[in-house]
Amino acid sequence: MQVDEATVRRIARLARIKISDAEAKGLEKELSGILDWVAQLDEVDTSNVEPMTRVVAQKLKMRDDVVTDGEIAEQIVANAPLAEDNFFVVPKVVE
Amino acid sequence: MNSQKVAEKPKSKNFIEGATGDWEVIIGLEVHAQVASNSKLFSGSSTGFGAPPNSHVSLVDAAMPGMLPVINRECVAQAIRTGLGLKAQINTKSVFDRKNYFYPDLPQGYQISQYKQPIVGEGEVEITVDGEMLTVGVERLHLEQDAGKSLHDQHPDYSYVDLNRSGVALMEIVSKPDLRSSKQAQAYVTKLRSILRYLGTSDGDMDKGNLRADVNVSVRKPGDKLGTRCEIKNVNSIRFIGQAIEYEARRQIDIIEDGGKIDQETRLFDAAKGETRSMRSKEEAHDYRYFPDPDLLPLEFSNDYVEELKSKLPELPDEKRARFIESFGLSAYDADVLVAERASADYFEKVAGGRDGKVAANWVINELFGRLNKEGKAIEDSPVSSAQLGAIVDLIGSNAISGKIAKDLFEIVWTEGGDPAEIVDKRGMKQVTDTGAIEKAVDAIIAANPEKVEQAKAKPSMLGWFVGQVMKSTGGKANPAAVNDILKAKLGI
Repeated sequence: MQVDEATVRRIARLARIKISDAEAKGLEKELSGILDWVAQLDEVDTSNVEPMTRVVAQKLKMRDDVVTDGEIAEQIVANAPLAEDNFFVVPKVVE
Repeated sequence: MNSQKVAEKPKSKNFIEGATGDWEVIIGLEVHAQVASNSKLFSGSSTGFGAPPNSHVSLVDAAMPGMLPVINRECVAQAIRTGLGLKAQINTKSVFDRKNYFYPDLPQGYQISQYKQPIVGEGEVEITVDGEMLTVGVERLHLEQDAGKSLHDQHPDYSYVDLNRSGVALMEIVSKPDLRSSKQAQAYVTKLRSILRYLGTSDGDMDKGNLRADVNVSVRKPGDKLGTRCEIKNVNSIRFIGQAIEYEARRQIDIIEDGGKIDQETRLFDAAKGETRSMRSKEEAHDYRYFPDPDLLPLEFSNDYVEELKSKLPELPDEKRARFIESFGLSAYDADVLVAERASADYFEKVAGGRDGKVAANWVINELFGRLNKEGKAIEDSPVSSAQLGAIVDLIGSNAISGKIAKDLFEIVWTEGGDPAEIVDKRGMKQVTDTGAIEKAVDAIIAANPEKVEQAKAKPSMLGWFVGQVMKSTGGKANPAAVNDILKAKLGI
């Protein structure tokens, strides 16, 4: 499967990854190669196979509805490049 | 062929008139309701409203590296209860997916939601609009995380982000495109909110943003295929939902009639201007790249568990309404008014228990609700308790007081409180049914007004004047029926 440059750029944009023109060219090839490899799996008929979601028999773990966490605002914003009154402060986003 | 079909069809009162004829508006709603729970969907931090910024945030909610989500079993139960309340199919196996997008109030870079396999499938909601019953299809209900909140008015160059809401459980309830007018859409949201509040699965508080709707609107010529739709995001009041639909339908009709085309887009409703407008920042078509969340196994539970939850569901508005009509003899309208809120219905039932249901309904709806509305009070804060109002209804029923005195009594209980029967005794408000006393009052008035007596004999409608005089002289306490009878006998009319 051939991935063109426009697709590479779109994927990069969706992932918010900045790529140079040279990198884009290389990625075209790399991504095409990965997709070709994955495409081989399509040859196996899996129409009657349940998707595998776990390797050992295990159920989704659940918690009771009690408050056991939070109240650590200072720690939450500790790594923020910019914070004020325990708010994260980010470049203006307006609709 | 086409014109013939249109001609045969009766004109719907829901159609909107355009320059080129009638238009039909098609509406579907995605309602986001906050699940009533103590802690968040995948973390143990509080869902409490109005806390200081980022205080109800755990390392999971802030999406710190290495954190893993663990689901809150009560949120799952709430979604199942809601599904049962919507008479919907419950899926005992469902899957959580990641919906990927970037926004400052979404620290994970994705929202955990349900995409192809939601917890609840098709259901329905019955609504009544202008006396007409309508069944609105529900497409699905799924569980998802709420995002944080961005404040844009704190600084000229920066936005402030508070993640207290981040990770709170939401139910997204998607309707089928079954609605055909703004009124129907409003009735649907009102009814849905009522069901959620009865179930206790969401408080439906629209002021706090705990219930909000994305409104999908398109227009077409009646009988044509569906037109292109626009989605109006995050409308947060029932009144605004109506206004947004009216505005948007008219906007689309005008564009098409001017030879234009509708672009499928996301719009927002500007409440101040009463209009919808394009959200330019969302121009870039969304590509959410959903995939099953590898941090979460499928959500599975047994049919027994569903049955257990079902057996504990409270009576819902539709059943309560039917029972009120059946056992209290209420009109459909009165029953609707009373069942809209569970607290109102409970209050009414306490007043009506063992008493005349119609009289009770009349007092609850006209006197109590009227007074509560006037003072902007909720039924929970009523100064008159159901026991007190019940006592007032008893006093009317036993003919101890007249309807007119009962209103005065209600006023006293409202402002001063106290036991209604005691107040009536102490303040001498009892209706005079003692015919001797009434006769005395009648005789005095007849003796004092000989010319009116002559007039009344010629013109029996003058009786009303005499009744008024007797009531005045007895301080409104005379039994009106007794006064009437005695007057008629004495005046010989």
